[in-house]
Amino acid sequence: MSSYPPAAPPQKTTLRQRLADLRGPAVPPRPLDARSLAALAANPGCGRRALLDGAGVDKGALAAALGSPAAFGQSQFAIVRGNSFEAKVKGDGGAELLRLAHTLLGGAAEPPGPDARVPDLTAAGPEGRAARTALALREATAAGAWTLLDHPMLALEVAGTPAYLEPDAVVVDPGGRWTVVEIKSFPMIDGAADSAKVGAAARQAAVYVLALERTAGKVPGAEVGHRVLLVCPKDFSNLPTAAPVDVRRERAVTLRQMERLTRVEELAAELPAGLSFDPARPAGELTEAVSAVGAAYAPECLAACELAFHCRERSRAAGDPATLGRSVRGELGGLTTVDAALAAAGSPDPAEGASEEGDDPTAAALRRAARLRAEALELAAARPPHPAPEGPACPC
Amino acid sequence: MPLLNTLARLEAVRAGRARPLATVRHRHLSERPLVLVPLTTAGEAGAPLGAMLGTDPDDPLVLVVPQPRDRTLRWTFLAGLAECVMPYVDGYADVVEPAERTETDPETGRKTKVEAELCVDAPQIIVPSRAGVEYVRLLGRSMRFRRTAEEDPENPYPAPARVPLLGRWFTHLAERSRVPGSSMLLSATELLGRHWATGQSNLEDQHLGSLLGWLAPPEGMSGAEWALHVELGRDGHGRLLFPPAGPATDPAFDNGLLAPAISRFDAARAAAAADGPGAEERVREAELAVRELVTSQMAHTWRQTWEAIALLRALPPGERTTDRWTRDRWSFTGHRDRVRAGEPPQPRRDDAVTAAQKLATRETEQVRLDAQEALDDPLVMAGRRLAGEAFAGEVTEVVMEWTEGKRPRPRPLVTVATEDRPQLADEGGGKVFRSLDGRQQAFAFVRHEEDGQLVLRVLDKMGAGREPVAGSVPEKGDRVCWTLFEHDARGGPKLPDPEHTPWTHGGPPAHLSAPTPPDSVTDEDLL
Repeated sequence: MSSYPPAAPPQKTTLRQRLADLRGPAVPPRPLDARSLAALAANPGCGRRALLDGAGVDKGALAAALGSPAAFGQSQFAIVRGNSFEAKVKGDGGAELLRLAHTLLGGAAEPPGPDARVPDLTAAGPEGRAARTALALREATAAGAWTLLDHPMLALEVAGTPAYLEPDAVVVDPGGRWTVVEIKSFPMIDGAADSAKVGAAARQAAVYVLALERTAGKVPGAEVGHRVLLVCPKDFSNLPTAAPVDVRRERAVTLRQMERLTRVEELAAELPAGLSFDPARPAGELTEAVSAVGAAYAPECLAACELAFHCRERSRAAGDPATLGRSVRGELGGLTTVDAALAAAGSPDPAEGASEEGDDPTAAALRRAARLRAEALELAAARPPHPAPEGPACPC
Repeated sequence: MPLLNTLARLEAVRAGRARPLATVRHRHLSERPLVLVPLTTAGEAGAPLGAMLGTDPDDPLVLVVPQPRDRTLRWTFLAGLAECVMPYVDGYADVVEPAERTETDPETGRKTKVEAELCVDAPQIIVPSRAGVEYVRLLGRSMRFRRTAEEDPENPYPAPARVPLLGRWFTHLAERSRVPGSSMLLSATELLGRHWATGQSNLEDQHLGSLLGWLAPPEGMSGAEWALHVELGRDGHGRLLFPPAGPATDPAFDNGLLAPAISRFDAARAAAAADGPGAEERVREAELAVRELVTSQMAHTWRQTWEAIALLRALPPGERTTDRWTRDRWSFTGHRDRVRAGEPPQPRRDDAVTAAQKLATRETEQVRLDAQEALDDPLVMAGRRLAGEAFAGEVTEVVMEWTEGKRPRPRPLVTVATEDRPQLADEGGGKVFRSLDGRQQAFAFVRHEEDGQLVLRVLDKMGAGREPVAGSVPEKGDRVCWTLFEHDARGGPKLPDPEHTPWTHGGPPAHLSAPTPPDSVTDEDLL
């Protein structure tokens, strides 16, 4: 799946054309980023997401056109704070950031001095920036000096589509090890940060690590660190503090999920010709187009995918028990709709002496559960009502 | 999710309304709880935007920070919070009753009863959601190490009086809320989620408005429809009709309304500093504008939280909730004593002994809570029966037997017909328990009969005589529920005092010998 450096292979023109048709002729492709990749890897069975992301469809616009707009958006307070914190961390030629990297990950390498390099990575377009970054990484590794790459551009091919990724920073140490740096504005209080947020940051960083490994494979002496540096504000202040985060597990999971991702090509091939996700089309037509691709909705999607409200609506209409939680579907086994499960719960017990072999164990368990539940509710209903009516005056 | 709860959710989907998960209320509700609805500024740690709080649903105290990044205004807010919360907490501190406490004698190691004071009641704070509980913890952490001008005259940024004290209490409440079954700091979503199942997932149940939608939709609408409306309804500007329960705010509100209002406040203050004519008046106006906006975001949640409390009050309290509330009262009394004794604030990190103690307490309390909820509530017991951890049945036969020996004791055999499938080892010997007037009576499982009936032997609570005390042995025809789990929890392991922490666990913690230094406060805190 490696395709680095990202040259456009000529044989892909047909697929490109096909994806452009799916997107709509006037719509520019929306690039994949690390956040969407991490989310994609969290739900690898979802063909709808794989295809739409792979084709560069703007899911936010599509969701709005479908009539179920996404609730995503960031408060400008958070954006301002995040930007000012990142600028502070990287200020002064990245001295503070390199110092943190050395203290926490540096090992025996000599501390970064004023000679630390911060190469200029500006270039035209994502391909140009990615090539510039690759060159800078090669030079930094050869030079054997502390180097800070501010907002480098990395390329990674995912499900047949190239994705360009922009980590906050990458540090190259004199030993030739490349370390991904994630700068986040949630606080690290007493050395501990919110575990859910750290988990999200680690999944995102794992995507960067994978992308860096593609480049590192071609540079002698280079090695990608599997510990990334998470930089956060310390306690309630604006001062940076950092912690190394081991992302081996996230990296392995993401790699496996990305390899499993249904290839966009195969998904696109199955669709009828003339189908399009162009947000300018009428909602009815779009709904039909979207339902032509299978989805795997789970409530977790609500936090990760712009289309989630639309998928939820469809799943609910279809009576899919997964709308109640991923585990519920597993629990109900072969009973794939809410109605089927309730029918099983309400069905009479198999006749005495009838063979139990044909009986679904899930259905039997549901029947028992329904019987026990009804019995308990009956018992509770027979109790005197609450609040208990005032009794005769207390004698004391 | 246990199958019984899944079934309740499925039923709720079909009914379009929430379905009960409990038939009694499993948490204590105070006569006079303090509801606290906090809001925070996005992206900032410990920069509150405002709060609505109080014990009267019709008369909340509203505190708003017109510029959350201004340290002085933040102090004013926290001082206002302490002004309201501390009298509420202190109001419970002096009403005490005599009680006994078990203490271990340090020299003999024997346990003895000691006379002690126990507060008759304790404060109870209710926040809208789980995130609110975490926010109380965060506020507690941000305040408890601050120093007032009195404590540290050199401090360039002294905290107002009572703020550090409020920090200690918030920390204590947040820490206590991690103990299963405790009720000193509760969230409305968790309270409702414990007692009712909705037709949506747990994740969606975190939204208080939507959860309430399933429980009490307006006339003519299904719970599902109303929950969806509450969750997603937006006005013409893309702002939510029902603001989220916080502490995070709706980003569309932040960007469209709040940010401009705060900028106007900043501009008015800058003009006032330059001494423009009528500037004071404009500052007040701008401040009032921010205040109105923030209040509009809290008012819904305030009402919803009280609505949730009212719904819960309609449920009869579980019999054993009082027992758990007594533990909360002990915890409150204990912390009151620590504060009064002038002990330093809770350290940043627990030492090994305290941490182990806390974990052991949580484990014990979880076991206790599981057992007590099942005993209080037939619906919870149904779940345990489905899982094979309890069984109910009818006594079909009682055979008297006695122990051999000089003074024979009664050991009657009871045969039970049940449709449940308890997980009892076939060879017998497992213990089962039933509740006899609130006390636990133990039985030994003897064998399965050929027709599937169970034979149990009564082991205790029959008195000292040869004949069992009347009513202590089930009779033929009785319907009884037995559990495979014990009805009370055993205490955790015995641990050394923190000052005797062995070197393997880091030795005695540093905070015992030296006070914890306060957070360093610098100009950098202000963006």
